Amino acid sequence: MSRANPFAPTALEGRSLGAEKVARLGFLVVTLLLLIPALGILAVLVVEGAPGMSLAFFTEKPRENGAAGGIATALVGTVWLTAVALAIALPVGVAAAIYLSEYARDNWLTRTINVAIVNLAGVPSIVHALFGVGAFVHFLQFGKSILAASCTLAVMTLPVVIVATRESLQAVPKAFRDASWNMGATRWQTIWHIVLPNSGSGILTGLILVVCRAVGETAPIMFTGAVFFRQLYPGGVFDKTMALSLHLFNVSTQVTNVPRHVPFAVALTLIMVVLSMNALAIWFRMKLRGRKKW
Amino acid sequence: MTTAQQPPTPHRGQPAWAAALDTRDRAWWNDLAMRGVVLAGGMSAVLFIVAIFGFIASQGFEFIVNRLDLGELLLGVRWEPTVEPPQYGALPLIAGTGWITAVAMAIAVPLAFGAAIYVGEFARGKQREWLKIGIELLAAIPSVVWGVIGLHVMKPIIQELFGVQVGLNVLNAGIILGLMAAPIMATIAEDALKAVPDSYREAAEALGATKWQVVWKVVLPHARPGLSAAVLLGIGRAFGETIAVLMASGHRLMIPESIFDSAATLTATIAAELGEAAVGGDHYQVLFVLGMLLFLITFAINLTADWIVRGRRSKA
Repeated sequence: MSRANPFAPTALEGRSLGAEKVARLGFLVVTLLLLIPALGILAVLVVEGAPGMSLAFFTEKPRENGAAGGIATALVGTVWLTAVALAIALPVGVAAAIYLSEYARDNWLTRTINVAIVNLAGVPSIVHALFGVGAFVHFLQFGKSILAASCTLAVMTLPVVIVATRESLQAVPKAFRDASWNMGATRWQTIWHIVLPNSGSGILTGLILVVCRAVGETAPIMFTGAVFFRQLYPGGVFDKTMALSLHLFNVSTQVTNVPRHVPFAVALTLIMVVLSMNALAIWFRMKLRGRKKW
Repeated sequence: MTTAQQPPTPHRGQPAWAAALDTRDRAWWNDLAMRGVVLAGGMSAVLFIVAIFGFIASQGFEFIVNRLDLGELLLGVRWEPTVEPPQYGALPLIAGTGWITAVAMAIAVPLAFGAAIYVGEFARGKQREWLKIGIELLAAIPSVVWGVIGLHVMKPIIQELFGVQVGLNVLNAGIILGLMAAPIMATIAEDALKAVPDSYREAAEALGATKWQVVWKVVLPHARPGLSAAVLLGIGRAFGETIAVLMASGHRLMIPESIFDSAATLTATIAAELGEAAVGGDHYQVLFVLGMLLFLITFAINLTADWIVRGRRSKA
């Protein structure tokens, strides 16, 4: 009669627990394999790009097709493109989200709209570019301009706004609406005074995500309004402009004799904008999730 | 809303009792107007999808009707739009897209599913939050930055590691695309795992199953439709990526014979050539025809993925 622990795992249980440990460790390793490249990329960009970063880099206009000077006109151009795209995508997207969350019944129309949103999000960026060229540059005769490029970006980012806003509208409890309706408020009064103020976080998250997408995209703007090289700041929505993303594409592939640190410095700038915006969105979401009382 | 309601004024020819019953005040008309506005917003997504197809088809319309030889476009091996006579055989582009997407999926599927299983089933608390944030940030890296990574970082690594001359090739683009697609696939796959009811897990655990046994025998089989949707959407994503592929693939207009050959994809070819093609010319139109092909394929992929996910949800 052995005096071993009667609760010790049997051979079979021991094998299961061993497999459990291997599985847990294995999946952790795979997850890290996915995330380590991201950290590696960041490290490479910082190390290689840091020599090119200085205040002058942000405030000087580019010279010699981008091989020398700074990125001021590209930065300003990107701000223009993003702002105009936002001004178009946000109202349309929020309206669509309100319709889907507050008015739509479960019928064929709603299903069609949902399918369209899913597909709009999945259309390749170069197809959006072709659409922009056909619809905005030629058909509506905006020409190659900030307006055409921003419209293209707006169509592309519309699903992002809709999905983020719809989620936050649906998170507002039904009881809030019931209370408002019982006071005699119309559907719109309820939305305007009760639902929207309680879902500001979602709309803001949508806004930030649109900025991220619009700042980073290259293909949709390269044929609709962004140009290779231009020293002038844009003066209005019908001007052409430089953009950060296209500038990065050009200094890394099109222009010869670019010092090695220049593309990395531009890439670092771009990724810092995108990551800080994303981090802001994440922080915002967590903060609000913690604060919500309902 | 705060002001007291005005008694309704009778319309011309309306009896007083009808006017008294008419409660359509300004708020009512406002409500009606805004209902129209948001409906229009909701319809915009449908409008844009239809418009995208319509505009792209109309730009390529003349070519499709008069000069399109579908056999040559899909099976021709020479893509030489600028020589005389021009050759529009897109097989090299289709083959390049296929190769690169296949390599990307070979990399992305294990990474994405592994990460989804770990984050969804094993990780807890803070660790889980941080991993999710990491995956989200990875998904936010812009395409053109990935392109720079392929061009300046991956290229020398591949040349060194495999001793090959050309560092911009199918492997390079595939790795880049795989890393780009993996975070999105991981997020969708994790949603699919989350959709499996907890009672299934509890039942298995009550029978003495370990976590791994629960995942392997219970969760994964039930999440299979969602996981296949994740793969499909990943393929759609890799397939439609443009700038990163253009920069990392070497853009050589020939059918690649191994993963160390440079290749060109449909998307990258449009991006590389649209700027130079004369507006309205044959070359310009054939690029729109390629765009139509891309649109139709991604449309089919997205529709199928959506159908798989929805079909499952309505059953559950």
